[in-house]
Amino acid sequence: MSAIAVDSLYKVFGKGARSAVAQLKSGTPRDQLTTKSVTAAVIDHNWSIEPGEIFVVMGLSGSGKSTLIRMLNGLIKPTSGTIRIGGVELGSLSNRELRRLRREKISMVFQHFALLPHRTVVENVAFGLEIKGLSKTERLERAREVVELVGLSGHEDKLPAQLSGGMKQRVGLARALAADTEILLMDEAFSALDPLIRQEMQDQLLDLQSKLGKTIVFITHDLNEAMRIGDRIAICDGEVKQLGTAEDLLMHPADEYVAEFTADVDRSRVLTAEAVMEPCGTRDTSAFPKVESDVPVNELYESVLSSKAPLLVVDDNSDPLGVVTPRSIIKSLSPDLAGDIEGERQPA
Amino acid sequence: MIEYLRNWFWTYIWKPLPDMPFGDWMESFVRWVRDAWSVFFDGTETFLESLYTGLTEALLFLPSGLMVLIFAGIAFATKGWKLAATVGVGMFIAAWTPYWDETMQTLSMVLVAAFFATVLAIPLGILASENRAVSTAMRPVLDFMQTLPGFVYLLPVVMFYGIGVVPGIIATIVFCMPPGVRLTELGLRQVDREVVEAGQAFGASPAAILARIKLPLALPTVMAGLNQVIMLALSMVVIAGMVGGGGLGSVIVSALGRVEMAKGFNAGLAVVILAIFLDRVMQGLADRTPVAKAAAFAR
Repeated sequence: MSAIAVDSLYKVFGKGARSAVAQLKSGTPRDQLTTKSVTAAVIDHNWSIEPGEIFVVMGLSGSGKSTLIRMLNGLIKPTSGTIRIGGVELGSLSNRELRRLRREKISMVFQHFALLPHRTVVENVAFGLEIKGLSKTERLERAREVVELVGLSGHEDKLPAQLSGGMKQRVGLARALAADTEILLMDEAFSALDPLIRQEMQDQLLDLQSKLGKTIVFITHDLNEAMRIGDRIAICDGEVKQLGTAEDLLMHPADEYVAEFTADVDRSRVLTAEAVMEPCGTRDTSAFPKVESDVPVNELYESVLSSKAPLLVVDDNSDPLGVVTPRSIIKSLSPDLAGDIEGERQPA
Repeated sequence: MIEYLRNWFWTYIWKPLPDMPFGDWMESFVRWVRDAWSVFFDGTETFLESLYTGLTEALLFLPSGLMVLIFAGIAFATKGWKLAATVGVGMFIAAWTPYWDETMQTLSMVLVAAFFATVLAIPLGILASENRAVSTAMRPVLDFMQTLPGFVYLLPVVMFYGIGVVPGIIATIVFCMPPGVRLTELGLRQVDREVVEAGQAFGASPAAILARIKLPLALPTVMAGLNQVIMLALSMVVIAGMVGGGGLGSVIVSALGRVEMAKGFNAGLAVVILAIFLDRVMQGLADRTPVAKAAAFAR
């Protein structure tokens, strides 16, 4: 069963929201709605997330991503459509049941940390457990473990005001992890941090994820961040423009909007050997140096230059898949030529 | 004929209107209300009266010298030795005037009135912060309560309770309540939306969000409101001297009536000292709230 599934989900703010949804359903673009007093934030979302997946929702401000994430835990009610969390439809729950679902199944990390300024780090981390009704000793003990997990040992009894931005967000992350929910919603969680700290936090998140295997919905407006951490990425502008892996978005952008978005991405870090390889043809490949199919392009530069022969891309069973040459790498790094490589790959 | 017209004119046109007994009507209406609700009026009167007398007796139980030390001790505990010294000297001067008993009576009235004003103001402020309609409905009422000159409240209250301490206290409660309501509402509304959202996202009930997030974060603002409540109470309690409220107010009113400079100055001095004491101690308490302490850490 999917961890989260949304089905023809719409959210329109303002008076006359329902008629606006009807118009949108019949195909009117959102800037041509006849009711001017409405804002269509989320339009016709249909997707599902599997347990253990990092699903990134990517969009500019005003693309409805914050609204979307708040609908997933029921803070905002959809105008139309359904959301299922582990098979349970949110619309069918009473407020009390909804609160229980949030306590037990979904936690959230906020852009500006949303910590309680008068509580120490452990007390903040223990907040979710406090709401769950754990005793003080129990919840503080659990909170200390999680504080250690996110690498804040030694800061347990400090106040948020004494921490740097990155450390504050670690507290925010720890608070969400301490609640021990299957689903983690992260609303622009790293957007308020400096670039270096942001990268550090992304690495830490991936590291934690490999241990904990949560289902994560991550909202961001930074495509590099999206590609770095997302298993799948949904590019949104009201509606979902494209949903796919980082490679899909780079190699087969669905439309101009997505192509423009992906133009600035560091392609060499996202694309793998498999994505940029050319077919082997009928050549004898036995003497070629081998390279795993999932190695990113930016780690191939040295070996491709030092070898006279092309690199042979192999899968897990060491079966050859294709070859990588300097030419194929250069082509793959330009968005305009990338499609060309597509054409060459097809017959193989 | 002309005679007739003149008679007619003087009889029907120029005849002075009869005196209408509006005042009497009002009086009998008030009397009626007073009798019909006598249980309520007598009850509140006895209750407030005994509370006031009890507190006054407690404040006057120890000799003034010891009380001065106690006040200085309170100042030390809430703010530090500087305020303790100021309050010690001030209270010593107040004890030196012939009006120490009256000073304690006034303090007692302020404390009783401010206590009830607070007990009413904070729930109203919470209600107003949670509900737009209540807030909108309450705003003109609060404006009205705050802009009306203080002694205007004395009249209706005296109608129902007669002359004495209790009408003074009741008028004071009404007069000093608005800033308590307003600042409670303001403080609660100013709480960071994202932090409230965090409470919701972790499944906290509205009551838990109020108790664990909103109220602690709003507390410094609420305390600022209570400080204003106490200051207004002090000013009103002095005015209540006009209706036999006792305390320094009565001293000042009688000094005013007989133009006794010395008496008025003594009592005025004691009021100023009380004001300094109450204001600074409340400030000290506001600085001691967890959120204010955390904010001080950040600096």
